Amino acid sequence: MISRREFFQASLAASALIGAQGGWSRLAAQQSVHQDDLLRFDTFGNVSLIHITDIHAQLKPVWFREASVKLGAAPVRGQPPHLVGQDFLAHYGLDATSAMAHALTHDDFVALGRAYGRMGGMDRVATIINAIRADRPDALLLDGGDTWHGSMTALRSNGQDMVNVMNALGVDAMTSHWEFTLGADRVDEIVADLPFAFLGQNIFDTDWNEPVYDPYRMFERGGVRVAVIGQAFPYTPIANPSWMFPGLSFGIREQRMQDMVNEVRAQGADLVVVLSHNGFDVDRQMAARVQGIDIVLTGHTHDALPEPLLVGQTLLIASGSNGKFVTRLDLDVRDGRMMGFRHKLIPVFADVIEPDADMAALIDAERAPYLDELTEIVGHTDSLLYRRGNFNGTWDDLICNALIQERDAEIALSPGVRWGPSLMPGDAITREDIYNMTAMSYGQVYRREMTGAQLHGALEDIAENLFHPDPYFQQGGDMVRVGGLGYRIAVDAPMGERISGMVHLASGDPIAMDRAYMVAGWASVNEGTQGPQIWDVVESYIRAQGRVSVPENTTIEVVTG
Amino acid sequence: MTYSRRRTLALGLGGLFVTVVPMRVSADAQGLIAAFTGGAEIVEGALHITAPEIAENGNAVPVTVACPDAVSIRILAPANPNPEVCTVHFGPLAGSHSATTRIRMAETMDVIALAEMPDGTFVQAAANVRVTIGGCGG
Repeated sequence: MISRREFFQASLAASALIGAQGGWSRLAAQQSVHQDDLLRFDTFGNVSLIHITDIHAQLKPVWFREASVKLGAAPVRGQPPHLVGQDFLAHYGLDATSAMAHALTHDDFVALGRAYGRMGGMDRVATIINAIRADRPDALLLDGGDTWHGSMTALRSNGQDMVNVMNALGVDAMTSHWEFTLGADRVDEIVADLPFAFLGQNIFDTDWNEPVYDPYRMFERGGVRVAVIGQAFPYTPIANPSWMFPGLSFGIREQRMQDMVNEVRAQGADLVVVLSHNGFDVDRQMAARVQGIDIVLTGHTHDALPEPLLVGQTLLIASGSNGKFVTRLDLDVRDGRMMGFRHKLIPVFADVIEPDADMAALIDAERAPYLDELTEIVGHTDSLLYRRGNFNGTWDDLICNALIQERDAEIALSPGVRWGPSLMPGDAITREDIYNMTAMSYGQVYRREMTGAQLHGALEDIAENLFHPDPYFQQGGDMVRVGGLGYRIAVDAPMGERISGMVHLASGDPIAMDRAYMVAGWASVNEGTQGPQIWDVVESYIRAQGRVSVPENTTIEVVTG
Repeated sequence: MTYSRRRTLALGLGGLFVTVVPMRVSADAQGLIAAFTGGAEIVEGALHITAPEIAENGNAVPVTVACPDAVSIRILAPANPNPEVCTVHFGPLAGSHSATTRIRMAETMDVIALAEMPDGTFVQAAANVRVTIGGCGG
């Protein structure tokens, strides 16, 4: 009998993975992509999983430039998902001008974007899911969370637009993170009526330390018992305002994850899937330490990988963000074991995939009450605006400039979130575009004095959250974005020694540790933050500018090693 | 003393957030450990600390200690102004040799637990708990 390990190796060497890559190269040569190519998949085995995650309420197609700097901590640097640009293409054997290269990397984003168009759109996602269900009617659709947040319509409707869309899509289970920034009461209100499982083995109440939501759900698919265990973002109460969900405690809770795996195995699960919002590096470590997980559907860190990553005998799947990708994973599960798989990261090229008419109508209906506000043009950009990456993107610099100008500050701080789509040179900037970068339930802009020492301490603390060598101590998110402030960061130095050379850009003077600086920022996790909403501040600034052009940030010096 | 607290922590971490072997700790903590053990040898044993990797609320960090057969378990938060958290004694009829409490933590540190065993030996464990200002997760 062929061993499981041998089969994985055989699969990796000979399966559709390689075929898919060859396919992409051919598409590049043709400079065209067709829906049939994107959806082609020889149905395999007896179980199909469909994974979508981190949609951040993007119902419509978007531009989304992937990161050019995604370092990760030293132990995993140079490995997926921390490869970018040419290194990424070389690792996966992708042609630099191919559609997949455009979808997965930042190089030549503008030129390739003009050729391949926007990505995403939940009506296109619906078409893909329907096609998979035509092959395999009982395919499981699993949503990794960060779904009910990230747009004006989600903010105004308290996530209802996304709930309606996901219900129509026929989700089978989800887990969560930003969902809780709607407030625990609102989450519970939605969950009470949700026609699918809302899972989180690591969400406990703070009073009695007891589980609050279902840890897992068992499904019967293709004669196989599939257990899906949910793992919410472990650091939700730290990264986001815990006063919005005061009775809840999260954490990694590795031992309980092991207990849940053991429990579902004891109940006869043939396949154990973890639907996770841990972030990729945390999942990689958890998969190595918790025994008996077949598949981790990763989320939170917005990574998209064209192949599964193998940790021991566990497959890690990374399906990107903002509706750019849908993962289809077909599995051969027999005798209580995963015997083989076929995987495809399906890129959602919006100009290629026909929108599903019913879903398109539903999305338009959800947007209709806000349509005039959404589509109002505030200004134009002459340069590419993007956010994704470890340090300031051009969208971040634009927001920081707005904070300094509109709030009469010396220094600006903007959160290092990974969500927020891009805009192409020449694009109009609509109000919707501004909300896509800023919409949240705690968007008030604070204005307060901080000493140089406090600023240094904040940068050190956040850098430790990003670059701690042990993934379990990483909090997720990228480095806080700064305006009016330059610095040097030695990412591999110990905490307290990473940040140096802080300079006040307006004067060119070094930041004085004992001097107070006027700082404007947003997304404070503290209750009772006073100030205007960030989207209004940014709109006012862009309106005054008319046209904006934001060069690449050169004031942050990054040193590795 | 020339080595910093941070380097001390790094030595202890080694990729695991809970270690059950004796580790290098600060001089202050050494003194507190010695006060409890009376200088007796520290051996390996099944003492487990369960604590969050990053505290959600530094004012109330839940910490659970468990050690089968232990006579008593002491919890230390060495970087706190008052590092002695508690000492829990287990009688011969105790059904479970575990205890849970919440600790107020001044800063990131290794929480240390010491268990006294029936034969007079001691077992030590530590868990690194990070106290952070938060924000920025996305």
